[in-house]
Amino acid sequence: MSHSITDATLRQKTIAGTLVILYASITMVPLLWIFMTGFKTPPDSISYPPKIVYQPSLEGYVNLFTTRTRVSPEKLAELPPPKNFAEEIVRNREMVIAGPSKFGERFLNSIIIGFGSTFLSIFLGTLAAYAFSRFSIPLADDLLFFILSTRMMPPIAVAIPIFLMYRQLGLSDTHLGMILLYTAVNISLAVWLLKGFIDEIPREYEEAALIDGYTRFQAFYKVVLPQAATGIASTAIFCLIFAWNEYAFAVLLTSGTAQTAPPFIPTIIGVGGLDWPAVAAGATLFLLPVMIFTVMLRKHLLRGITFGAVRK
Amino acid sequence: MNLRKLTSVGVVSLAAAGFTNAAQAEDLTLCWAAWDPANALVELSKEFEEQSGHTMHFEFVPWPNFADRMLNELNSGGKLCDLLIGDSQWIGGGAENGHYVKLNDFFDKEGISMSDFAPATVYAYSTWPKGTPNYYALPAMGDANGWFYRKDWFSRDDIRAAYKQATGQELGEPKTQKELLQIAQFFQEREIDGKKVYGAAIFTERGSEGITMGVTSALYPWGFEYENTPGKYDMEGAVNSPEAVEALEFYKELYETATPPGYTNSYMGESLDAFKSGQVAMAMNWFAFFPGLYADPNTGGDKIDFFVNPPQNVPGSTLGGQGISVVSYSDKQEASLEYIKWFADPKVQAKWWSMGGYSAHNSVLGSDTFEDSAPFAGDFLVAMENVKDFWQEPTYAELLLAMQKRIHDYVVADQGTAKEALDKLIEDWTEVFEDEGKL
Amino acid sequence: MIEKPLNRLAQATPTPIARRVKGLSDRAIAWIFVGPTIFLLLVINIFPLIWTINLSFTNFKANRIGREIEYIGLRNYERILGDSDIWLSMQATAHFLFWTLFLQVIIGFTLAWLINRKFRGNDLWTTIIVLPMMLSPAVVGNFWTFLYQPQIGLFNYVVAFFTGADPSSFEMLGSVNLAPWAIVIVDTWMWTPFVMLICLAGLRSIPNYIYEAAEVDRASKLRQFFTITIPMVLPFLMLAILFRGIENFKMFDLVVQLTGGGPGSTTELASINLKREAFEKWRTGYSSAFAIILFVTVFGLASIYVKALNKVKER
Repeated sequence: MSHSITDATLRQKTIAGTLVILYASITMVPLLWIFMTGFKTPPDSISYPPKIVYQPSLEGYVNLFTTRTRVSPEKLAELPPPKNFAEEIVRNREMVIAGPSKFGERFLNSIIIGFGSTFLSIFLGTLAAYAFSRFSIPLADDLLFFILSTRMMPPIAVAIPIFLMYRQLGLSDTHLGMILLYTAVNISLAVWLLKGFIDEIPREYEEAALIDGYTRFQAFYKVVLPQAATGIASTAIFCLIFAWNEYAFAVLLTSGTAQTAPPFIPTIIGVGGLDWPAVAAGATLFLLPVMIFTVMLRKHLLRGITFGAVRK
Repeated sequence: MNLRKLTSVGVVSLAAAGFTNAAQAEDLTLCWAAWDPANALVELSKEFEEQSGHTMHFEFVPWPNFADRMLNELNSGGKLCDLLIGDSQWIGGGAENGHYVKLNDFFDKEGISMSDFAPATVYAYSTWPKGTPNYYALPAMGDANGWFYRKDWFSRDDIRAAYKQATGQELGEPKTQKELLQIAQFFQEREIDGKKVYGAAIFTERGSEGITMGVTSALYPWGFEYENTPGKYDMEGAVNSPEAVEALEFYKELYETATPPGYTNSYMGESLDAFKSGQVAMAMNWFAFFPGLYADPNTGGDKIDFFVNPPQNVPGSTLGGQGISVVSYSDKQEASLEYIKWFADPKVQAKWWSMGGYSAHNSVLGSDTFEDSAPFAGDFLVAMENVKDFWQEPTYAELLLAMQKRIHDYVVADQGTAKEALDKLIEDWTEVFEDEGKL
Repeated sequence: MIEKPLNRLAQATPTPIARRVKGLSDRAIAWIFVGPTIFLLLVINIFPLIWTINLSFTNFKANRIGREIEYIGLRNYERILGDSDIWLSMQATAHFLFWTLFLQVIIGFTLAWLINRKFRGNDLWTTIIVLPMMLSPAVVGNFWTFLYQPQIGLFNYVVAFFTGADPSSFEMLGSVNLAPWAIVIVDTWMWTPFVMLICLAGLRSIPNYIYEAAEVDRASKLRQFFTITIPMVLPFLMLAILFRGIENFKMFDLVVQLTGGGPGSTTELASINLKREAFEKWRTGYSSAFAIILFVTVFGLASIYVKALNKVKER
């Protein structure tokens, strides 16, 4: 990089860097606190003053994945010795493990619905984006804007008729219903982003292929798709993150069978009172994949959050 | 919808006709709130699984989300729950909107008699329209709002002396609401064993039903009525009577002068936490929690005792509790009815009580040993004699939300006067009944 | 750069090639490719929207299945516009909207400006700052209620540590005065990076030679900031405000987890109110009308705003 008069001086850089790092550190505290609380015991988590140094424990994670019942000390004494560390932790609280919790199921629902809707949005979105990019479609401008405007509705407003429709069709609280709904919401993002990526691929490549005797369809999946691969991948991650994080539809349209993790995690309670380590453990497991994706995505982040309006 | 209704009616008659035939093994899901009695029910149900060959699954939802989620589930015609232990106020909607299966034919056929259950519970949990012999649930869990206190503190000489000095009276279980306030204020911010403690944990929750359940525990003893003439929806002069205003002001004073800091949005869980952590001298909560509280290693046993919601002008307690219903959208109604039949058996009911569930069966409540079977058993009987419930109308959710808002706005957010809050409440409720065509 | 939607309309295969292409015609492929998307949107977006409009003229209640549905004209709209509670919730929404945008623009722009000094490791720190906005608002919001606990919460502890106040003496979520600010703080924590990223793109789009020319003219740094930096970044900033404005007007998940609309109704934003009417009171007709009003408001405001944005861009 050429050094010019517009570059910041070293002193300016140091000050700027310090301030940014300070902000970043403060902004990380809540996330670190979630992570740390997951490894506390329930009493440690609610102690005053808040504990920064503590004996790490897996009790939160054990509580997250199990349901437990209280037993009398006499009965506890009669039980055979604990088979694993989880049982040992639970017995220290005068309880026994009664069975698995619903967390695993709800997490699995998040994965099924997240990946299902992402696959569908990308599949439909890539086709539509290609068509919008390469062919003259009557009213294309209006259609594209219409696709975007569907994102302006408050989710609760959308949920009212969807609720009634799904009730009639028997799609309430089903995986299929949620996949279709999330696909409909995500497809606007997918079409807009993918159209941007495909626009950037020179159409000469396809034209060459067409001259070589490819059909339009072959040209699409043998030439354009491989070129658009990174764009498709990052669009897919954006769709996945949306479906993964979505709360309003999930809380209104699912109750058990297809309920995803976001409406479930806030309702994790312990035996008598809130169990913050278990909540934090659930949150950690749930947030971690998105954090990893965010780091992977950092190059395309801006494009994704602005529907392709701003590119670098 | 019509088609589904038709089929569900068909299934019911089928179920009623061919009930005694050995049914195939089914996977049944029972939905209830996530709390201590639910865990006891899981244990209890193991017996049913052995006897019937069916497998029981459970979906327990925490109280703050329970009504919201379950009513949503019913209104969406969902098939998540085959059996539902729904709150008492849902019975009107459950019956009128066809969510619950009517159980009369089934009761007749199986010889289950509602006269075997405590009349107050049958009235509250099973009948719609109220008091008529149309049954949509079997009383599953009797409950009322009651109180518990730190018996060890109440019996300490230094504290008793201080109380006598401060008020000129002996410290003991309060006999009136006002005495309760006085005791709570006495304990507020008092230092006990080097720790600052507070008066009482009460219900102030906004999101579901908390503050309504709390404030009615003051309103009912002051003689609060929903209508001047039952069934006429004439609320002016009843809902905002001078007694009601006084009771509401009382609850606000209790909230402002005798509860722990940060007590702006608390319900069952917070009340339990406050008591178990030794923060408060007294706390209100549902009888359902009393077995667990009594068993608590830190604040249970001889450190705790219980009392019925104190009277003021009249005795009165807020009703809790639930009946068990069969959901009309379920495909497994036959097996679900089998469960109810099993549950209604006096032997099962006795076991239910012994495990921490509040049976409403007369054979349990009326037995000679009942009162001595737990330190709160006698109190429970007294409370259930004078219980009163919120509206059970099909529009109960609207009525409740209006009350939650008006009361929370006044008590916690400190807006307007008690009279204004109740006047506005009448306006809200009038609108609801007008929309329904009942006014 | 900012692109006009569809500034270059795509053309079909150039005619000389098209004559030689085998298989389906371009036209057929175009419709096969676009068709499913349009169909899905029609079924899950447009049809429900029309249904909602229809419902908004009725007294329908989704929990009263057997009851006859009556058309009551504009009655629902009249009731909503005359309902003082709705106006209170609009006020709460406006407060939330104004302050979140204000803080996010100030902090977001400042951060972008600092990061643009290109100190070492600025990429890494940018990524770290961005993390909160990618996370689930419901899950994170729920955990913030823990940070806000009066006695044991970390937030109260930190504030107490710096001010000397008793950490149990104030309740961020329970007090009428503090709760509206508690939700602003969390939203700002979560979404400032969004504004920051867009501003950063704006700052990086300014070519160096403009500053160099200004240096030659001996314009002061301050003057450069106001005559070059701000005007050049403004279109980007306005775009960020548009996105955040729409999102926060619709705000539901984060605030529902934090306060549920309380205490009383102090933080009952429009969406939370709508949820109560539609899915707790089940006044479907009434809430449909409310939903339409909200939709028209967002759409109207956004359209006016986009016009203004285009004006700024043209300058």
